[in-house]
Amino acid sequence: MQTVGVRHLAAQPDLWAARQQMALSLGWHIVIACFGVGFPALVVGAEALGIRRRDPDLRRLARRWSKVLAVLFAVGAVSGTILSFELGILWPGLMRTFGDVWGLPFAIEGIAFFVEAIFVGLYLYGWDRMPPVAHVLSGVPIVVAGVASAWFVVTANAWMNQPRGFDVQHYLATGEVVLDVDPWAAMFNPATPPQTTHMVLAAFMVAGFGTAAVYAAAMLRGRTDRYHRLGFLLPFAMAAAITPVQIGVGDWAARFLADNQPVKLAALEGLHRTQAGAPLTIGGLYIDGEVRYGIEIPGGLSALAHHDPDAVVLGLEEVPPDERPPVAVVRTAFQVMVGIGTGLLLLGGWFAVVWWRRRRLPRSRAFLWLAVAAGPLTAVALEAGWVATEVGRQPWIVYGVMRVEDAVTTAPNIRFGYYALVVVYAALTVGTVFVLRRLAASSDPETDEVPQVAEHPA
Amino acid sequence: MTLPEVVLAVMWVGVTLYAIFAGADFGAGAWDLLAGGGRAGQSQRRLIEHSIGPVWEANHVWLIFVLVVLWTGFPTAFAAVMSTLYVPLTVAAVGIILRGAGFAFRKSVEDVALQRLFGMLFAASSVLTPFFLGAVAGAVASGRVPAEPVTIDPFEPWVNPTSLLGGVLAVATCAYLAAVFLAADADRHRHAELARRYRTNGIGAALVAGGVALAGIFVLRADAPRLFDGLTGRGAPLVGLSALGGLWSVALLVRCRYGLARVAAALAVTAVVWGWAAGQYPDLLVGELTVAEAAGSATTLRAMLASLAVGSLLFAPALVALLVVHARGRLDAPR
Repeated sequence: MQTVGVRHLAAQPDLWAARQQMALSLGWHIVIACFGVGFPALVVGAEALGIRRRDPDLRRLARRWSKVLAVLFAVGAVSGTILSFELGILWPGLMRTFGDVWGLPFAIEGIAFFVEAIFVGLYLYGWDRMPPVAHVLSGVPIVVAGVASAWFVVTANAWMNQPRGFDVQHYLATGEVVLDVDPWAAMFNPATPPQTTHMVLAAFMVAGFGTAAVYAAAMLRGRTDRYHRLGFLLPFAMAAAITPVQIGVGDWAARFLADNQPVKLAALEGLHRTQAGAPLTIGGLYIDGEVRYGIEIPGGLSALAHHDPDAVVLGLEEVPPDERPPVAVVRTAFQVMVGIGTGLLLLGGWFAVVWWRRRRLPRSRAFLWLAVAAGPLTAVALEAGWVATEVGRQPWIVYGVMRVEDAVTTAPNIRFGYYALVVVYAALTVGTVFVLRRLAASSDPETDEVPQVAEHPA
Repeated sequence: MTLPEVVLAVMWVGVTLYAIFAGADFGAGAWDLLAGGGRAGQSQRRLIEHSIGPVWEANHVWLIFVLVVLWTGFPTAFAAVMSTLYVPLTVAAVGIILRGAGFAFRKSVEDVALQRLFGMLFAASSVLTPFFLGAVAGAVASGRVPAEPVTIDPFEPWVNPTSLLGGVLAVATCAYLAAVFLAADADRHRHAELARRYRTNGIGAALVAGGVALAGIFVLRADAPRLFDGLTGRGAPLVGLSALGGLWSVALLVRCRYGLARVAAALAVTAVVWGWAAGQYPDLLVGELTVAEAAGSATTLRAMLASLAVGSLLFAPALVALLVVHARGRLDAPR
């Protein structure tokens, strides 16, 4: 395998470009996709609540949000499509060998995507054309299918970390997958439960904190009427409620790594030497095989990873240097994610205490400023977490089975496609941000029409 | 039918529905490009927007469907096609992004200059995308994709007469489908002038597409003899049916029977798509890989078919409902 890898690398100077292109497309799509998963719940939730409580503010919010949903869903749908292309364009070695092993969840995800797209069409164009309750019901499948498609697609990513459903030994000996393919075992691999849960919750956090940030900014500019307060409260409360759960799930995911993918955990924590009572180091930089300038908690990592401060934690030294991920990148990304997650927990705590004591939002400007920052920072945490898990799997595209350089295409000049996509994505980012800002500013919510037609007393 | 044949047939149903419905959406973008300025252009663009707005995303999913069934069912063929044709596929993928984003953005801004900019993106990429997807189809059909590409030439596989034919035919077919669909929509809106315009456009596009297809016979005989033999042999009845469908749709357009004209146009496209399949069978990659050779593991094929069967119970009724509700004008803006 080693020699095969070296030969491919020599023949394929564009491996770097292929990886960057995949990272760009996926890193862009993942943020929009999180809104696609988490945001419909807010829109439909606000509409349902608005009908139930006969609250015109909530219904105005829902209507306004649905215009945003239209843009985000369209951009999400098309930015996801190129990923299907790229799996074959950039990684034919992976697809040729394992397409039938890990393809099933993608096929099922396709069905969920159909359900989403169909009901998005009905929901977005159905305002004022159907009775309110029917309209809310037409939105529910979007919520369910959004979560389902995220779940299925992440099982495929989990499979890259914990490949199952085929005879690994036979593949390593012959380079072929012929015996006993079990697509269900591939889909329900051991990494599926922690990874899918972590990702779906992350999607709701990104959508929640991201939406709340817009209204926090409006409140800082003095728009503190009920409409804007509700626009803040609903998404923020959703995201803040999920945050502690997410931190628990993150702990589960890390303990899973300790048992199943110890090299990744060692890279996340910058642990070179296998040791009992491994310390947890917060902050600092990974230089020459050790973390410097960090705050060290003795036995902390052992306690977190195995719930025992004296437990042995495996270090990077367990595998040869060419099977280790780039530690500095992985560890930094992980620290960023954990740091932001902790900050979000504290911010949510602030909100919860004020709400519990006074039944209102915190009025301090500092809180609102932090809530504004929380929006983009949650997306940063998402990207950082994604970098940590993807780069932490390196040099493997399929952990322990296939190296990235054995999967990449032999086509020449991949880098020009990458450069072109950098331009396309830059334009797409500018366009999306611009259009969303225009939508936010387009008309005062007071003038947004609330439909009086087809009103049925609930 | 063997298991891989069933999977291929399911995939081909996806290809057919993508060709008909997404084809009509792309074609609408092409007409948007040609709609011109002023009030006449405005009313055409409004019609186009109403016509594809609620359904284009659902129609687009057929492409995802085809890709995932291809890579799960026939992994080697997927890897070979995608890596060999990476240039036109990358352009098509970018076209798909710009088409969708341009369309969604145009609807969301009120500034006329911006609407023009985003509209231009939407319309131009609506022509570009089917052209390059058609070029990909031409490359596959003319046997230019090796089963195990070692050295890949960026251009040779798709810069050739059959790919050019595929691209042009795809654009013409999309425009034809769209004109027929738009004529029916305009008629439903009781917009007689627009209906007449798209009736003319539809007849024109049908003649162009038919002419390109006729000229294509000679192109294929010279450039892709195996495909030519297949289309004139086993595929001949379907190719003939396609021609009849096209003529029937023109006759219906002439007589202003728009609803039925849609059925005839869809029949013409369906027949030619299946004629291609029949002509190429049993090869998935011409001269390189048969359907049986390319098939992935049988357990996976069975699991996928079962999942798709259960899944289609979920989405198929909803999809039909969406298309019917939309075709009856129930999702149009209240007037």
